[in-house]
Amino acid sequence: MQTVIESSGICKKFGETVALDNITFNVGESEIFGLIGPDGAGKTTLFRIITTISLPDSGSMKVLGLDAIAGFRELRRRIGYMPGRFSLYQDLSVEENLEFYATVFGTTVKENYDLISDIYSHIEPFKKRLAGKLSGGMKQKLALSCALIHKPDLLVLDEPTTGVDAVSRQEFWDMLRKLRQHNITIIVSTPYMDEAMRCDRVGLIQGGRILTVDNPENIRTGFSAILYRIRAAEKYRLLIALRKYSGISSAYPFGDSVHATFRTGRIDESFREFLRSEGMENVTIEESPADIEDRFLELMAAVKTEQGK
Amino acid sequence: MKRFLGFVKKEFLHIFRDYRTLIILFGIPAAQIMIFGYVVSNDLKDAGVAFLDLSRDEVTQKLTDKICSSGFFRLTETLTSYNDIDKILKKGKTKAVIVFQKDFGRDLFAEGKTTMSVIADGSEPNMATLVTNYITAITTDFNIEQARAPGGAVSLISAQVRMFYNPSLQGHYMFVPGVITLIMILICALMTSVTITREKEFGTMEVLLVSPLRPTQIILGKVTPYFILSFINVIVILLLSWFVFGLPVKGSLVLLLAESMLYILMSLSLGILISTVSSTMQQAIFISMVGMMLPTILLSGFIYPIENMPWIYNWVSAIMPPRYFIIIIKDIMIKGTGFAYIWKETLILAFMTMVFIWLSIRNFRIRLH
Repeated sequence: MQTVIESSGICKKFGETVALDNITFNVGESEIFGLIGPDGAGKTTLFRIITTISLPDSGSMKVLGLDAIAGFRELRRRIGYMPGRFSLYQDLSVEENLEFYATVFGTTVKENYDLISDIYSHIEPFKKRLAGKLSGGMKQKLALSCALIHKPDLLVLDEPTTGVDAVSRQEFWDMLRKLRQHNITIIVSTPYMDEAMRCDRVGLIQGGRILTVDNPENIRTGFSAILYRIRAAEKYRLLIALRKYSGISSAYPFGDSVHATFRTGRIDESFREFLRSEGMENVTIEESPADIEDRFLELMAAVKTEQGK
Repeated sequence: MKRFLGFVKKEFLHIFRDYRTLIILFGIPAAQIMIFGYVVSNDLKDAGVAFLDLSRDEVTQKLTDKICSSGFFRLTETLTSYNDIDKILKKGKTKAVIVFQKDFGRDLFAEGKTTMSVIADGSEPNMATLVTNYITAITTDFNIEQARAPGGAVSLISAQVRMFYNPSLQGHYMFVPGVITLIMILICALMTSVTITREKEFGTMEVLLVSPLRPTQIILGKVTPYFILSFINVIVILLLSWFVFGLPVKGSLVLLLAESMLYILMSLSLGILISTVSSTMQQAIFISMVGMMLPTILLSGFIYPIENMPWIYNWVSAIMPPRYFIIIIKDIMIKGTGFAYIWKETLILAFMTMVFIWLSIRNFRIRLH
């Protein structure tokens, strides 16, 4: 498998703030690589270096076999980029936006229509509408169509699903999976950890550092502790109570339950006693396999305690 | 080339879709011409004058008629004594009182000269100067008529006011070239700097950067539509000043249009330069308005003559492009001179244009940071 992105030791500072700290990872051909991390983790900065519009302070970035600094001209022909902010012309119609990007990249809508037809067909009925008047999900589809119109070898998507409803997010990931047939490598960032499972491989980034890179299943099974899913009528009170308990190792809210791990590993009788003393009745406790999010939170917490020391 | 045309098409769409841009582009120049031409002009129209005629003879009657029928003045009152002068001037409607001494006509025929007094309201110095100038001019005119008449007398009053290039003392002549100069640099620089910074602000520049478009293609694509529209604008202004003020172009129209193109190009490249140093639209507007409008009005010779400026302002004005274009356009429009007289100014403008373009392309960032 050929390497599409080869990042080694990338560092970038903005004044005193370290945005990227020794970023090293690879992305293989036709892969969907997810970069997961909270806001301010450095995802956008890293993507801008990959797309040649920002320069690293040190380290080397090779994209599609070319140096991202020296080969920027060639790369700009072959990369499709969708920035985090909606950046199409709001005062141009859907059709006009698409046509503009097609001509800018020296192609036509017709030529690559089959590539975008799956996505574009959703918004084609509204092709006369101004882009600024589209809903969030449609804007995102249009932006993706525009980024794809020149049949790029690498597609860089910066938080494409932020601010989009759950159904559209689902659809969006389905579309990305379909794009793999066309030999397009995709690197996508997201703050939503649940989207990690839909990538081929995932890199977890926090505070400008990559914590782990692996396929989602391996990351998930890397969870080291025994996980309990705890449920009570009042979730918030339960969470507060759990965090007070001396034997607790971690407690995070997850949907309608709280995921918790314990210093002692397994739950013992003193915990049940503690719950009773807190006045928590009807609490269900069950052992459960970890989600990928549990592993992410574990990794991130580990980094935090390390930095705390 | 196709890329470039695609870009130009997109820019035109932006302009035509945003009616505000169109208003700025075409409405403001027309409004400015009207405002400057009519309101801010140095013209007199129906200024109130009163007469104190102590002579009441044929000559004073004729001169009174001539002044009142000139269109510049309007008779407010006929006075009978000196004591009324102060009273009527204080009322404010009368800008000047013209006094004919006793035996005005007889003195004129007996001695060949006589004096009339013009008492103007000095609380409005500008108006007072205008009024006295106009009355002097009309009197001189009257003298000439009298001298030409069969058996007429020789010159009566020695005040000599001669007007070059603007014999009827019409202010529009002075203002139209100035307004064209001011509007073109404002509109061109403002619009281009705003349209480029808008892409930066809305994040579309980020996408344009990650595309095969070269800086020159982006810049030229931005400039071309505005160049075309500004040129149309110049023609509209010229037509307006022709139909509304009756201002002809004395020199070569082709030369005037060619020089206008050069000036537009200069203003556009200045706008690009502004956009490369500002990151928000607000900044770009601020620099174009404050940095260019005031200096253009004050230092380009548009209103205040450069010759009268202290030497330091004179030097500052030397780097203001409008200063040269005002000379060019006045020479062509009003004096009707040819290229031989303005090649120096043309050369300076061309040089400035090249410097601005060079600086803009050098400053244009191919990356974000």
